[in-house]
Amino acid sequence: MLSAQDMQEAAAHGRAVKAVYVYEAPVRLWHWVNALAITVLAITGWFIASPLPSLPGEASDHFLMGYIRFAHFSAGYILLIGFLGRVYWAFVGNPHARQMFVLPLTNATWWREVLFELRWYLFLEPDPKKYVGHNPLAQLAMFTLFLTTAVFMMVTGFALYGEGAQAGSWSHTLFTSWVIPLFGQSQDVHTWHHIGLWVIVLFALIHIYAALREDIMSRQSLVSTMLSGWRMFKDDKP
Amino acid sequence: MVETFYEVMRRQGITRRSFLKYCSLTAASLGLGPAFVPKIAHAMETKPRTPVLWLHGLECTCCSESFIRSGHPLAKDAVLSMISLDYDDTIMTAAGHQAEAILDEVMTKYKGNYILAVEGNPPLNQDGMSCIIGGKPFLEQLKHVAKDCKAIISWGSCASWGCVQAAKPNPTQATPIHKVIFDKPIIKVPGCPPIAEVMTGVITYMLTFDRLPELDRQGRPKMFYGQRIHDKCYRRPHFDAGQFAEAWDDEGSRKGYCLYKMGCKGPTTYNACSTVRWNGGVSFPIQSGHGCIGCSEDGFWDKGGFYDRVTGIQQFGVEANADKVGGAALGVVGAAVAAHAAVSAIKQTQQSRNKPGQDE
Repeated sequence: MLSAQDMQEAAAHGRAVKAVYVYEAPVRLWHWVNALAITVLAITGWFIASPLPSLPGEASDHFLMGYIRFAHFSAGYILLIGFLGRVYWAFVGNPHARQMFVLPLTNATWWREVLFELRWYLFLEPDPKKYVGHNPLAQLAMFTLFLTTAVFMMVTGFALYGEGAQAGSWSHTLFTSWVIPLFGQSQDVHTWHHIGLWVIVLFALIHIYAALREDIMSRQSLVSTMLSGWRMFKDDKP
Repeated sequence: MVETFYEVMRRQGITRRSFLKYCSLTAASLGLGPAFVPKIAHAMETKPRTPVLWLHGLECTCCSESFIRSGHPLAKDAVLSMISLDYDDTIMTAAGHQAEAILDEVMTKYKGNYILAVEGNPPLNQDGMSCIIGGKPFLEQLKHVAKDCKAIISWGSCASWGCVQAAKPNPTQATPIHKVIFDKPIIKVPGCPPIAEVMTGVITYMLTFDRLPELDRQGRPKMFYGQRIHDKCYRRPHFDAGQFAEAWDDEGSRKGYCLYKMGCKGPTTYNACSTVRWNGGVSFPIQSGHGCIGCSEDGFWDKGGFYDRVTGIQQFGVEANADKVGGAALGVVGAAVAAHAAVSAIKQTQQSRNKPGQDE
């Protein structure tokens, strides 16, 4: 859907177009704030589940676990607020801002492109295609690996946060009150939230590798696009 | 003539002074202000005793054992007299047909007005043969008595969630009360066993105010199950400071550090142990140096080790927890990415060799 439109766009402009403005400033800002928040969340989350060795002295001298949890909760808030802003931008931003949220599942061409990209990654296609936004496989990965996991982590995370904030707090009312009964008990929510950490780590690994690899091997810019917003094409072929 | 609670207490030799002490302690344990003490006293002086029928299914009697040890001043006399405990096959004197006749008598006389307390749960497999009461499957007795009751109290984790007899693979299909009785209000008082004062507190509330205590979404009284053990734990400062016991005999353990790393389930368990405590407020597991095992939580037997922080995941069928599964996945994906990168690099080199002069 979008890629076809992109191709038309690129074709229509012919050789003249070597760069397209893809990621608007709020999307880029969100991407990097999000990356930072997730890094903080993953590291502090790990140390919440497996705390550091004990500190000597009186309990009143230290607040280590408290600070780690504070960082985790703050980063969680940033993730949530950033995400809400990103959803807002999906409505008011350019078409590329919507790509992550909506999969064109009924579009046969899109599925063929997913297969093409899979073949490209499996070294079965000699040359990659050009895409202005995400390539279809990347779009699929963004939706299934990143978007759903991030929403899952925010819902379970704020459900756990609401346990400490207790009944009457917004997080307890909005999340804890139904998430805990849904999973059965608090320990299950902890366990699944912890599994979510690993999914996010896997996503980050694949995401960074694919972005770097595509930056080198594909026919368009990747990493610099998320900094400047401009998608640069390396050749003039369609 | 039906006696009031107060009359029964006085008849049993309890002084008015003790009675009023009991009323204030009850008000305090229910989280009510001093203004409620006279209301409780008044209710107990004027209201006829509500009959309670106490049924036993698949259980270990730890709920009963806990209940009869309620630490309030009037525990062994008044609590048992306060409720008109008309049927309790474990501790009643009557036996056989005489005992069973009481059930029908109360059900007719107090139709729609008696409280059904259930300890344990009915097994559904093998036609319920794993628990026979008076020659019939427990499920039949339960459904029969539940038919005309005012409300049901599910005592303990057995009646509330299923507990150990419902742990995987649950061969007898032991089933908690709310999954077999659907048309009555059910108050879950989980715990293995529940705290004695919580049990008497719930009953006192129901009798005093003539209504059910406010329940959370899982059907537990908010007044006792609204907070986690962790929220009121006296070792919480050590948790926030990052001071943890790492072995049962280490320095941290001796200094009374937080038992989080030893798998304490305080952070995931809703109960009143850290406030009400046990044995008349003497202690509770964490105070005695052992982590909470989460006995008042649904399916606590099936949630992995009592001594693990990151608990096991049954679904994977092998001994695994989130870190093992995640670490293995990261290893596999990491290796795949490395291999993929290597192949990509070779391909890239070949291509630039094949097309000399062209910028990649």
